[in-house]
Amino acid sequence: MTAVLADGRTPSEIVPALGPVPRVKQPTAAERTLPSGLRVLAVRRPGVPLVEVRLRIPFAGTAPTHSARANLLSNTLLTGTERHTQVELAAALQALGADLHASVDADRLTVGGTVLRTGLADLLGLVCEVLVAATYPSREVAGERARLVERLTIARSQPAVLAGEALNRRLYRDHPYARELPTPEAVNAATPGRLRRLHAERVRPVEGVLVLVGDLSPARVLDTVEAAMSSWAGAGVSRQVPPLPPVVPGPTVLVDRPGSVQASIRLGGPAVPRNAPDYPALQLANLVFGGYFSSRLVENIREDKGYTYGPHSRISHGVAGATLVVDADVATEVAAPALLETRYELGRMATLPVRPDELEDVRQYAVGTLALSVATQAGLASTLSGLLGVGLGLEWLREHPRRLAAVTVEDAFAAAQRYLAPGGLVTVVLGQASGLERGLSTLGPIERD
Amino acid sequence: MPRATLPAPSYPLVHQTLDNGLRVLLAPDRSAPVVGVAVYYDVGIRSEPEGRTGFAHLFEHLMFQGSANLDKLAHFRYVQSSGGTFNGSTHLDYTNYFEVLPSNALSRGLFLEADRMRSPRITEENLRNQIAVVKEEIRVNVLNRPYGGFPWLLLPPVLFDTFPNAHNGYGDFVDLESATVDDAEDFFRRCYPPSNAVLSVAGDFDPDEALAMVQGHFGDLPARETPPRPDFSEPDLDGERRKSTEDPLAPLPAVAAGWRVPDPVGDFAAYLPYVVLAEVLSDGDASRLEQRLVQKDRTVTQLATYLSLMGDPFDVRDPTALVFQAHHAPTATADVVLDAATEEFDRLATDGLLPGELERVRARILAQVFRDVDPVLGRTLALAAFEQIHGRAEMLTELPAQLAAVTAEQVQEAAGTLRPDRRAVLELAAGGAR
Repeated sequence: MTAVLADGRTPSEIVPALGPVPRVKQPTAAERTLPSGLRVLAVRRPGVPLVEVRLRIPFAGTAPTHSARANLLSNTLLTGTERHTQVELAAALQALGADLHASVDADRLTVGGTVLRTGLADLLGLVCEVLVAATYPSREVAGERARLVERLTIARSQPAVLAGEALNRRLYRDHPYARELPTPEAVNAATPGRLRRLHAERVRPVEGVLVLVGDLSPARVLDTVEAAMSSWAGAGVSRQVPPLPPVVPGPTVLVDRPGSVQASIRLGGPAVPRNAPDYPALQLANLVFGGYFSSRLVENIREDKGYTYGPHSRISHGVAGATLVVDADVATEVAAPALLETRYELGRMATLPVRPDELEDVRQYAVGTLALSVATQAGLASTLSGLLGVGLGLEWLREHPRRLAAVTVEDAFAAAQRYLAPGGLVTVVLGQASGLERGLSTLGPIERD
Repeated sequence: MPRATLPAPSYPLVHQTLDNGLRVLLAPDRSAPVVGVAVYYDVGIRSEPEGRTGFAHLFEHLMFQGSANLDKLAHFRYVQSSGGTFNGSTHLDYTNYFEVLPSNALSRGLFLEADRMRSPRITEENLRNQIAVVKEEIRVNVLNRPYGGFPWLLLPPVLFDTFPNAHNGYGDFVDLESATVDDAEDFFRRCYPPSNAVLSVAGDFDPDEALAMVQGHFGDLPARETPPRPDFSEPDLDGERRKSTEDPLAPLPAVAAGWRVPDPVGDFAAYLPYVVLAEVLSDGDASRLEQRLVQKDRTVTQLATYLSLMGDPFDVRDPTALVFQAHHAPTATADVVLDAATEEFDRLATDGLLPGELERVRARILAQVFRDVDPVLGRTLALAAFEQIHGRAEMLTELPAQLAAVTAEQVQEAAGTLRPDRRAVLELAAGGAR
């Protein structure tokens, strides 16, 4: 910004300077591995009289039927135990002011929620009851199976879901990450008996991680957890996530969605996990490119050209590896110029170093938003659960600002050359193919999905 | 859970009204080094003129395009390079702008809000650019996705008769494209004076220092006339109304119904039982409609009941509605779903609540209120909304006691008003079913 105001002052003279950097208070925490193998981390973050709970259990599987069974298991985990029906369980949770959900992705099963501080011990008791004695009643499984099929149908009518699936097929090919959402056929084939067997094999504490964040005393709460969860024990079956296949760049993949009034553009490529030496540099380079509102990509294709409401670029972290994903939904008639500008900005990142002021801006943004994201109970609980699931933890959070502070322009340039070069990425465009084919083919070869 | 054990949120609040009429609200809390800053203007979708649908929202975009002392893009950069985030949103009865920042950027955040309250920089180029952006926003959120605008844009024209309440708040493309710089400047002059706004600041600051900063940044903004707040009230429906629409992208049918409810501001005590009722009906697997429609009848895939078209019970004025929405199986008609729901409303109205039902629903509502206000931004926004819509930010801290005062009889009585002859129904046919 170089504008000079009417009275001769520049904006930098009138916009208030920042005060001294506030010190982030580190929360008190306590950790214990229970005899069952369950790792428990409790962090005190008072503020509101709630506790956030996240239990994470590794749940990857390579069988083609796995995703369907895992999804149906998570949808029926809370539909009955040896002691309570679905409705009794839900009423008991509600009385504690609790909200509890089970969800699954390609890596893990999560049982998580929130509870009024006063109900924590009872909530943990109910969670343990579900883990030990979920029954997967036939009637409830049948009902949830039909609902899951309908929800998948709705999900697959969303352009964002379809474009994401097409990108994952292109990136991950035969890897389980390419089929995270199950097919309706596989869901319909999943029986209560299969779910019970999957539960017996995999819903085990050995590699599990339980995170509690909120208005609690960390040391005392560990005893509460140990007492409430002691009956959940026993060995299970461990399964490793296979490594991701190498990304092979190639023609732009065009996916037809008749009637689409926008083109959903997705680019993807390999990235690195949060503990990699060049991760902080990649994180900052990605922010400069398209990772925040003040990025080059937003300023170009939204604020200058008006092609899109919001382009994004982010690093998605899985146990098997990290992936860079760029997305923009644009009007059909500007799909080709929007893709061209996106590749231009990627190319600029990969061939020229970022400006020092751009790097300082994203550094401040990354440090500041990290502090904001862990300033809430729910944010801290989810962040820690994600970190612990890949072998990182509170110390990573504490140290990360220092790592960000050390990134130089050269580091960011090196990371951009390695991970943001457009030639190393794959491209998928979903939309009305008849309106896209000609424009996109002027930019390079295309193939149909 | 006995009523006495329910905790209440408690924040010291400081109020001040500046000479130009700006109402200032401070909620200091030094537990984390972050601050939230929000400005709520008392103008929203219901206030936009006929022929200018979507204008309040388009104008919200224009408030980010440069201001008295700052070029386009500068606002974003100053917030984000301070380590903060920002946004704005347009609602039926207000438009808000907000930032959450590390606490050392408080003065900067206040400056940024004051600078655009002084004068946004509205140019032909920026207007055309943001019309294009808004059109893509509407495409991505409504036109290119199944169930876009269901039911928040589709139900109001069935439920209401007058333009302010019934029209599409995202706007018609023709209306959006015909917007001019003069329209925008006129809208700003009329609807955005300091006296039509609430400034809410929460988080890590000393209240005296913050007040001095507020005075420094906002104090010299000239006062302008406060626009009169129009009366948008409409009479209740005198019979059932129905409309159907075909969604070419939707793979499954859906249905929504709305019933008018008591004035959420003028008759809060009569309105609150409906907030509890909505939770009794659809919060969790033990709720009435989940049990009936999802678990027993299996006609419905997902459902919700809630107050106000935009889903926030405490930041809307009269008239508003209790809304029921459900995605249902193609084998069930909308009437099968609605009839079963009506049976459940009747059961509640006749037999009342079960022992313990009111207490557990109350515990859940309270936990949700706490969860919403744990983030400093959530607190900043909730306090601002209560201050602007209800005139008292303190209502946030009084909510638990108010909820505790809702009786089972009031909830029962509220259920009795959800009759077919008072409802507006929107059926959505699945044009995308294979």
